[in-house]
Amino acid sequence: MAEEVKLFKTWSTPFGLRVVWALKLKGIQYDAIDEDLSNKSALLLQYNPVYKKVPVLVHNGKPISESLVILEYIDETWKQNPILPQDPLEKARERFWAKFNDEKLLPSIWGVFTKEGKEREEAIADSLENLQFVEEELTGKKFFGGEKIGLADLVFGWLAYLICVFEEVTGLKIIDERFPLLLAWIQEFSELPIIKDNFPPHDKLIIRYQAFYEKYHPAK
Amino acid sequence: MSEEVKVFGFWCSPFSRRVELALKLKGVQYEYIEEDVFKNKSPLLLKYNPVHKKIPVLLHNGKPIAESLVILEYIEETWKANPILPEDPYEKAMVRFWTKFADEKCLPALWKAGWSPENEREKAVDEACECLKTLESALKGKRFFGGETVGLVDIAANFIAFWLRLIQEATGQELLSAEKFPDLFKWTDEFGSCSVVKESLPPRDKLLAFFKARVAEAMDAQTNASK
Repeated sequence: MAEEVKLFKTWSTPFGLRVVWALKLKGIQYDAIDEDLSNKSALLLQYNPVYKKVPVLVHNGKPISESLVILEYIDETWKQNPILPQDPLEKARERFWAKFNDEKLLPSIWGVFTKEGKEREEAIADSLENLQFVEEELTGKKFFGGEKIGLADLVFGWLAYLICVFEEVTGLKIIDERFPLLLAWIQEFSELPIIKDNFPPHDKLIIRYQAFYEKYHPAK
Repeated sequence: MSEEVKVFGFWCSPFSRRVELALKLKGVQYEYIEEDVFKNKSPLLLKYNPVHKKIPVLLHNGKPIAESLVILEYIEETWKANPILPEDPYEKAMVRFWTKFADEKCLPALWKAGWSPENEREKAVDEACECLKTLESALKGKRFFGGETVGLVDIAANFIAFWLRLIQEATGQELLSAEKFPDLFKWTDEFGSCSVVKESLPPRDKLLAFFKARVAEAMDAQTNASK
C-alpha cells in the first residue's frame, strides 16, 4: 500500500531534527514541509490545534504532535532499525533520559544562553549538574543506546551541533574537559552519516542564535 | 518466580498515587514505603533516584525506575493484565499526547491557579480553564478517556478528579464546575467511583486539612509581604 508520510518542521528546530533522524534511520520516505513560524500554515494549525507547533508527523492523513510521541509512533509503526530496545527496563531508561533532556538539561542550557547576572550563574550551576548526570550515564557506553544509537541519542543529539554554536555566540565554554565521555559521544554521534548529513548549516545557525542573543542581551 | 515490587511514595502525592493505581488495576502485589519528602528523604530513595531525588520510584526485583509516566509505561509493558494503553500505534500516540498534555500543561496551570497571588489570579484561572476545556475535548463523550475502562490518560489526570476538588474546597475557588465542564465533571465522578481508584486515593479529610493549612500559610505570607 502506498504510504504517505509528511513532516511539518522548520530548518532549525532540534525537535523536528530528531524526527528527521528517526525517519532516515529507518529509510522512510517522507515529504518535508518547512514552516515559517511567524506565518503558520492553515494545515499546521489544523493538524496541531492544541499547541500550534512543529514538528507534526502526518501518516496517511493522520497527524501526530509532540516529538517524543512521534518518535515512539515511528518506532512502533516501522520496525526496522529500532530506536527503543525490547526490554521494558532498558526502554524505561531511554525514556527517562529523553525526558531529562527535554525537562532539565535543555532548559538549563537555554538559561545560560538567555539569562544575565545572578540568574545566569544559577543556570550555569544547574547545567553543570545536569551535564554531570548525563556524563555518568555514558560510563562504559559508546552511545546512550549502547553499541547503536537509540531514542536518547536522538534526543540528546542537539548537543552535537548546537552547543558549539552557543559557545561561539556567548564566548562561554559549556561542555569542557570535565565531560570527556560526553565529548567523545559528540564525536562518535557526529560521525554517523545519517546524523551529520542532516545537521542544519552551521553558518546559518550562528546568524540565527547571534540574533537571539542580542535580543536577550540588548546593548545598554 | 516470586517478584519483589516496591513503591516509594508520599501519601498526598498524585504522582505516586498514579503508580499505585496502575499496579492495583493490574493486580500486582507491592510493598509501599512512605517517604518523608519535606524533611527527611531516606538514603534508599536518594540511591534509587540520584538524578531527581523524588518520589515516586518503583523498585522491581531490585531495579529502580523513576518518573511517574515512565513508570506507568514500564508497568504496562511488564504486567499485561487490564491494559492501560491501546494496541494500535496511532491510538497509542493519541493517548500519549493527551497524557503529556494533562501532565505538562493542565497540572501546572491548575496548581498555579489555585495558589497564585491575588493580582495574578485572573490570568492564571483563565489559562487553567483553557486547559480544562482542551482536555475535556479529548473525552468525546466517553465514560473514561480510556473508553469503557480506565486508561493512561485517566490515571495521569487523577489530580483533576480528586485533588483539584479538594483544593477548590480549601480555597473557595471553583475552576472545575458541572456548568462549565459538564463532561469532565461527570468523568471525575465516574473515575472517583471506581473501587480500584478509591483504594488508591489519599484520605479525603487528611488531604483537605493539608490544603487548608497551605491556604492559611499562603495568606499569612501575603499579609506579611504587604506589611
